[in-house]
Amino acid sequence: MQPVVEFDCVNFGYGAEPVLQDIYLHLHPGQFAALVGPSGAGKTTLLKILLGLLTPTRGHVKLTTAAGSGRSRPRIGYVPQLETVDWNFPMTVAQLVLLGRTQQAGPWPWSTREDQRRLKAVLENLEIGELAQRHIRDLSGGQQQRAFLARALIAEPDLLVLDEPTSGVDMRTAENLLHRLAELNRRGMTILITTHDLNAATAHLPWVVCLNRRIIAEGAPETVFTEPILNETYLGDMLVFRQDGLILVQQKPHGHTYRDIMPNPVPGEILQKG
Amino acid sequence: MTDFLEPFQFEFFRNGILAAVMVGALCGAIGVYIVLRGMSYIGHGLSHAIFGGAVVSYVMAWNFYLGAGLWGFLAAVLINQTVRRTRVSADAAIGVITTASFATGVALISRYRHFTQNFDAALFGNILGVTGSDVVVVAGVTLLVALLLFFQYRQLLFTTFDAQVAAVYGVKTQWVDTLFALALAAALIASMQILGVTLIAAALVIPAITARLLTDSFPRMLLFSILIGMFTGLAGLYLSYFLNVASGATIVLVQASLFAGALVYTSLRRRMGKRLRNIHL
Repeated sequence: MQPVVEFDCVNFGYGAEPVLQDIYLHLHPGQFAALVGPSGAGKTTLLKILLGLLTPTRGHVKLTTAAGSGRSRPRIGYVPQLETVDWNFPMTVAQLVLLGRTQQAGPWPWSTREDQRRLKAVLENLEIGELAQRHIRDLSGGQQQRAFLARALIAEPDLLVLDEPTSGVDMRTAENLLHRLAELNRRGMTILITTHDLNAATAHLPWVVCLNRRIIAEGAPETVFTEPILNETYLGDMLVFRQDGLILVQQKPHGHTYRDIMPNPVPGEILQKG
Repeated sequence: MTDFLEPFQFEFFRNGILAAVMVGALCGAIGVYIVLRGMSYIGHGLSHAIFGGAVVSYVMAWNFYLGAGLWGFLAAVLINQTVRRTRVSADAAIGVITTASFATGVALISRYRHFTQNFDAALFGNILGVTGSDVVVVAGVTLLVALLLFFQYRQLLFTTFDAQVAAVYGVKTQWVDTLFALALAAALIASMQILGVTLIAAALVIPAITARLLTDSFPRMLLFSILIGMFTGLAGLYLSYFLNVASGATIVLVQASLFAGALVYTSLRRRMGKRLRNIHL
């Protein structure tokens, strides 16, 4: 099957400083993958190259649409990091979501009946229908994340790209969001996210790509999340616990051993108590 | 009643009021995008840059609107590109580019002192010296800007909210920015003869920021800003006639009073809202 996204020996640097080196990455239709790695690993840079916002210094990126779609490029639904949003901008949820229809809209400034139908459907699907006229600042973190997801989905994308969707929200909200993304993926949506939340990734994502300037490893979390691979990715001491098919990843605290801070260091028992 | 209608018997007042209302609408609309882009200072800066262009046009014997307009447009594009392509912030880019342009004008004036008087109107505005052809120019620019804002409404809104994400969604943001720079330069040229370099910034920023205080919805902010611009243009000019005060300054003072009123109103509303919430609790 032809990949939707194909990175072929992509290199990128800001000035002389290399940020990405020799990236080969394929994302196939219907795949749900996460880019994981420490801050400064190049995750957002890789996304920006995929989105066409940055040009590789070497290598190239190929984006392919499904046969018969009639488009030369796949339509991308992008959800940026919430930290980059101007929350004081005068914008209601409905106005924000309709921005996603800018390219499909006619020349008129007002929204069409079709726009309104899609808006209602996408908001109800994400359970934020009653918030349509609310200002985006007046939403909880999870609702804000869903509003931006709605903007991406209303464009009927071939590929959904989310930059750090689980950062800045509580554990339950992050879980709910990843669960929604998994649902979308089950219906055929190709999804790529970046995340720092390794434990959420192991629970919800079928494919992870460990990145630290170059791709260290990629595959299913149970294969990739091993201490040697994570140590190489995060350049630190990572602990990986496995029990009953669950994987729990923890960074070893600096200056202390695990035994110093945990009275009962047997991972299996800790997991059973939880 | 006849006292109120008295100024309309004078052609200069009829021209002035038409120009003031149109410039109010024009600056009110453009100002919304300026304020939301965090470039409130650009009106002040670009009007100074255009002043430099106006002097150069005079020296080179070019048409004022063409020379000064092109100069202003190039300055706006240069500011946009400097901000986009370098690490120079918007306020610094505006400061450097526009003051350099203004300095060019001042240098030329000091070199050719004999035409200094002609630029008083450009610096301080002369709304009561507006001719019929000036009204036609303002009307033309207002119509063109209205068409741009109407047909590029979604693209401009998306680019203003988040240019990078807008580009991902297929908006040609460079093109939108260039069109906007052109509209801004045209609006400034049209307003310069009326409000003067020194007052344009206020006419761009105050209606927009007042409207922002009153609403959290973008289309309403745009509408309120235009209406505030038109109303203050009309009321300011009318007051200036009866108070015998400079018209450009009166328009800006009326706008500033409305802003102060909106500020008090929103603060009171917020306090009342808090108090009501506490009562409910």
